[in-house]
Amino acid sequence: MTGTSKGLITTRQLLHHEAPIFEQGAPGRSGASLPKLDVPEVSAAALLGDLYRDAAPGLPEVSEVDVTRHFTRLSRWNYAIDIGMYPLGSCTMKYNPKVNERVARMPGFAGLHPAQSEESLQGALELMYRLERALCEISGFARVTLQPAAGAHGELCGLMMIRAYHQSQGRFPRKVLIPDSAHGTNPASVTLNQMECVPVKTSADGILSAETVRAAVAQYPGDIAGLMVTNPSTLGLFEENIAEIAEVVHQAGGLVYMDGANFNALLGKVRPGETGIDVMHINLHKTFTTPHGGGGPGSGPVGVVEKLIPFLPTPTVELADGKYHLLYNRPQSVGRLRSFFGNFGMHVRAYTYIREMGGEGLTQATEMAVLNAVYLRALLHEEYPPASEKPSMHEYVTSDKKIKKETTVQTLDIAKRLMDYGYHPPTVYFPLVLPGALMIEPTETESKETLDEFAAALLSIAKEAHSDPDLVKHAPHQTALRRLDETKAARQPRLRWLPPT
Amino acid sequence: MSNYPSDLRYTKDHEWARIDGKRVVIGITEFAVHQLGDITMVELPKEGESFRREQVLGTIESVKAVSDIYAPLSGKVVKTNDPLRDSPETLNEDCYDEGWMVELELSSLDEIKQLMTSEEYAKYVKDHS
Amino acid sequence: MRYIPHTDADVAQMLRIIGASSVEELFSHIPAQLRLKKPLDIEALDEVSLMTHLGQLGARSTPATGATVREGAALSFLGAGLIPHHVPVAVDMMLQRAEWYTSYTPYQPEVAQGTLQAVFEYQTLVSELFGPPVTPGQAAPYVSNASMYDGASATAEAVLMARRITGRSAVVACGAIHPQYLGTLHCYLDGIDSEGRGAIKTVGFGADGRVDLTALATLLAELGSTVACVLVQSPNYLGVLQDVSAVRALAQKAGALTVVACPEPLAFGLVKSPGSQGADIVAGEGIGLASGPSLGGPGVGLFAARSEHVRQIPGRLVGETVDQDGRRGYVLTLATREQHIRREKATSNICTNQGLIALAFAIHLCMLGKSGFRRLAELNLAKSEYLKQRLLGVRGFRLAVSGPTFNEIAVTVRGRAADVALRLREQGIFAGVPLDQPGFELPSLPDAERTLLIATTERHRREDIDHLVTALDEVCP
Repeated sequence: MTGTSKGLITTRQLLHHEAPIFEQGAPGRSGASLPKLDVPEVSAAALLGDLYRDAAPGLPEVSEVDVTRHFTRLSRWNYAIDIGMYPLGSCTMKYNPKVNERVARMPGFAGLHPAQSEESLQGALELMYRLERALCEISGFARVTLQPAAGAHGELCGLMMIRAYHQSQGRFPRKVLIPDSAHGTNPASVTLNQMECVPVKTSADGILSAETVRAAVAQYPGDIAGLMVTNPSTLGLFEENIAEIAEVVHQAGGLVYMDGANFNALLGKVRPGETGIDVMHINLHKTFTTPHGGGGPGSGPVGVVEKLIPFLPTPTVELADGKYHLLYNRPQSVGRLRSFFGNFGMHVRAYTYIREMGGEGLTQATEMAVLNAVYLRALLHEEYPPASEKPSMHEYVTSDKKIKKETTVQTLDIAKRLMDYGYHPPTVYFPLVLPGALMIEPTETESKETLDEFAAALLSIAKEAHSDPDLVKHAPHQTALRRLDETKAARQPRLRWLPPT
Repeated sequence: MSNYPSDLRYTKDHEWARIDGKRVVIGITEFAVHQLGDITMVELPKEGESFRREQVLGTIESVKAVSDIYAPLSGKVVKTNDPLRDSPETLNEDCYDEGWMVELELSSLDEIKQLMTSEEYAKYVKDHS
Repeated sequence: MRYIPHTDADVAQMLRIIGASSVEELFSHIPAQLRLKKPLDIEALDEVSLMTHLGQLGARSTPATGATVREGAALSFLGAGLIPHHVPVAVDMMLQRAEWYTSYTPYQPEVAQGTLQAVFEYQTLVSELFGPPVTPGQAAPYVSNASMYDGASATAEAVLMARRITGRSAVVACGAIHPQYLGTLHCYLDGIDSEGRGAIKTVGFGADGRVDLTALATLLAELGSTVACVLVQSPNYLGVLQDVSAVRALAQKAGALTVVACPEPLAFGLVKSPGSQGADIVAGEGIGLASGPSLGGPGVGLFAARSEHVRQIPGRLVGETVDQDGRRGYVLTLATREQHIRREKATSNICTNQGLIALAFAIHLCMLGKSGFRRLAELNLAKSEYLKQRLLGVRGFRLAVSGPTFNEIAVTVRGRAADVALRLREQGIFAGVPLDQPGFELPSLPDAERTLLIATTERHRREDIDHLVTALDEVCP
C-alpha cells in the first residue's frame, strides 16, 4: 500500500489506502499542544538515576492534521451499524441512540473521579442505584451488580458467587453442566474458576431436555456446582423445559446460571429470575444499546436471587436516609473483579436507553426483534432451512447444508459474497453444534424494507451458487481488500509494526 | 482419493503409527490434515517424556481449530520432528513422511493389535464422515 | 418509538407472510407459567424530559475533572490509579465517528480494516512503552494484545499467565500495590486456590517506598521452586518508581517470572520501560491518557509480554498479512488461544477488548508523538517535584516515603487526612486521596490515616499548586 506515493492512483470513491502511522510524518513533527512550564525545570536524569530512559519511546512524529486524517481514513474502511444492517447473530447489533452518547459526555458523569467523596458523587450513585432497580424489574432478580466489564467478566463473577455460596454451605462441588450449543466463554469461564465442564447434548430439536440434564447430574452425585444455560439458546430457541431443568439442578444441590446474551428476546415477556435461574449476566452492549466500539467496552451486570446477595462484589450502592452510599463491609462478598465501579460510562448509556424506552417500549423492542427474525425465516426457509423446526425467537439460525449439497459453495463464501451486496455478514460457523452455521439476528431497529432487501440478497446468492459458483467462492469483489491470508498471519505472526532494516 | 498407506496402523483419532520392532513413529492421517485445513502450529512433547496410550502428547493448530494428538501406543519419546515447529506447513504437504511427529520407544507390544489396518481405517473414516 | 420503524401495516404484512395471526402468537410456545403477567413498571421519557432527568442527575455530583481544571468548580489532585491528563479535543471528536463506535469486533477483516489497523498500531505503541527498544532487522522483543478490561483485571490475567507458563502457583505481591489491583488479584485467585488457601504472599516496602528486597529474598528462599511470579507495581501506589531490575534479579534466581503493573504509563516517557528492566509481563491502565475519568470506567487494560510467551497471552491479537492480491492488510490472529475456539482450554475467558478506549489511547499517543510524549512526562515530573518542595516547606508535613516519584506523592499531614480533605472539599478542592478512604486504604503504611495521595499533572498551573499548599496548611490543626 503506497497511499501517499505521488502520481499513483490508489483510491476508489476517494477511499485511501493508508500506510501505518509509523511510516508517515517527519522527524521533529508533533501534534502536541502542551502548556509552558511555569515551575522550575528539573533534571529527570538526576532525579531518576539508573531508571532514566535515554531515548523516548518510538512514537510517530506527525501533526494533528496527519493524525486526524489517518484515523478518519481508517474509519472509512469499517462497516458500522450507522452504515447498514449488521445481522450478527448473538451479538445484537441494534441502533446505538445518539442521545446516549451526549448524556454520557455530560461533565456530571464523564468528569467524575472514582476516588471522590460519596457526597460529591450523589448523582452518579443514584444513577447506578436506579439502573440496578430497573434491571431488577426487567430481569426479575433481587439485586444486580454493575461491576463486571463485559459478559464474560459477568460469567466469571457469577461462577465465583456460585462457588462462594456452596462454600458457605460447607460444600465444594466442581462440576458445571454446559450445553454443547453454549458460547465459548461459558466453558472458558468455568476453567478460569478451576471448575470442570460437563458437556450436555441438546436434543435433536435443538433444545435441552430435562431428561438429559437429569442423566448428566446423576453421573456426579454431590459434585454438581451448577448449570450454565443460554435462553433463548444460541440456536435462537426458547428453552421450554427451563423450569424443570432448574428443578433438577437445584435438587442435585447446584445453582443455575443464565448467559443473558440473548436477553433481548425476553424483555417484558419472561423474567429469568422467575424461571428458576439463580444468576444471570446482562450484556448492556447487546440488549441495552451501548455501543460495541469495534470490540468494546462492554458491560456485563449480573443479577442474583435473594440467597446470593451476600456474595455480590464489593462495593454495592445503597440508599439510606435519602443519601446514596457505597457499602464495602460485606464479609461474604467475592470481593472485586476490577478497579473502581465498572464501566460507568456504559451504565449511563444503558440507563438513558431504558428510560427513553420505558417498560412498554422495551417490550415492543422484543416483539419487533422476534417478528423481524421470524419474518426473515419465512422469507428464506426454502433455500436456507432453519436449524430446527421449532419456533425461533430473535435470531434465525440456518446453515449451508442445502447449498453445500447442491453446489461447491459454503458458508464462508456466502458470508463474503454478502459484502458485495452491501451487508455485514451474519455470525458464521457458530454455534459449533451446527456445521456451516449462519446465525442471523436482524434486531428490532431494522425496517421491513431492509429485511426484504437483505433476504433478496441472500436468495440471489443462493442462485449464484448454482449459476456461477466461482463468483461466490472468490467474493468479496467490491471491498477495498479481498480475502485476507489468515494462514500467513498465524504462521509468521507480525503483531506490531517494525522499522525497516 | 484418500491415501492411507498399508504399512501403517491407525487410530480412531486419526493418528498413524509406523511400527518397527520396539520403535514406533507417529503422525496424523491425510483425513485429519484435510479436516484441519492449513496447519499453523505444531506442539510436540519433549524427548524423554513418557505417555500412556490415548494420552495427549501434542497439539496441532490451524487458523480456526485446535486438535489434540493422542499417543496411539504407550511409550517414551526418543525423537521429535523439530523442524515442524518452524514449518508446520510440512504437515499439509506430506503428512506420512516429512510430516512425521514423534518417535516412541514402546513399553509394551500388546497394544498394537488394538490399532486399525489401513482398510479398517478407510472404512471407519467413510462410516464416520 | 423512534428506534423501531414498524408501522401497523408493516406488522400486518409480515404476520401474513409468516402465517401468524398476531405478534403475541410468536411467543405462544413459551410455557404460560413462565410468562410475565404484568407490564414492566418503567416510565418512558421523550428526549426533552430525558435530557432534563439525566441533566438533573448529573448536576447532583461535582465532577473533579472538567474540560479545564476549573470547569465544574473543583480543583482536583485525585489520582490513585487514575491520573486524569488533558486529552486533546480531537481525540473525542474522532471517537464520535460512527465507523468507530458503532462497529463490531473485526471478525470479518475485509469490512473491518479500519479497526484492525488501528489495533495493530495500538499494539505497536504499547509494545514501545512497555517493552525494550526494537533493533532494526531483529524480531519484536515484546508483543501487546488488543487490550483488556482495565489495569486491575489485566494484572490478574498477567499473574494467571505466569502461572500457566511456569506451571507453578505461588504469587509474591511486593511493595505498595494499588489496593484495588491486589483486591482484584485476590478475587481471581482466592476462590480457585481455596483448598490450599493463600497462594498470594506479600512483601512490604521500606522507608523509601520501594520493595523490601531483603524480605523478598528471604521469602523466595522459603518458598523454593513454587513461585510462579513476583508482582511489583511501578510507579507504585505511593507514586514511587520501583527498580524493577533489582526485583527481577531475585525473581529470576527463584525461577519465577516478573510481572509489573503500571497504572500510569506516562512515566515511561522518562523512565526505563519495565521490559528493559527485565519484566516478563506488563499490565497497565490507559484511561488517564485516553478519555475522561467517567468514575473509573470504561478504561483500557494495557497488556504486553515477551514475544516468546505469545501463545500464552490472553485476549485478542491483530496481525499483519496480505490479501489475495498481495496488498497489506490485518486480521485477528492466533485465535486458537481464545475461548471461541479453545473453549475450556483457552488462555482466558475474555471475549471483548476495550476497543474504543484503546483507540483513544492510540490517537492521543500519536498526537503527542515522540517529542510530545516525553515533554508531557517532563512537565508532570516537574510539577510534582515543585509540589514536593512546597509541601516540605509546610510545618509538620513530610513525605510518607523517600524514593523517587513521578507525578504522584504521598504526604503525611498534621491531623486526619480525611478531615483535611473534607475541609478542602468545602473550598472546592479535591486535595487528594486519604489512605484510609474505603476502597483506597493502604494499612501497611504507618500513619496511613494522616497521609494524602496527591497527583499533579500538566493540567495544574503553578498557582493551583500554590493554592493547594496554602489551603492545606490553613486547614490542618
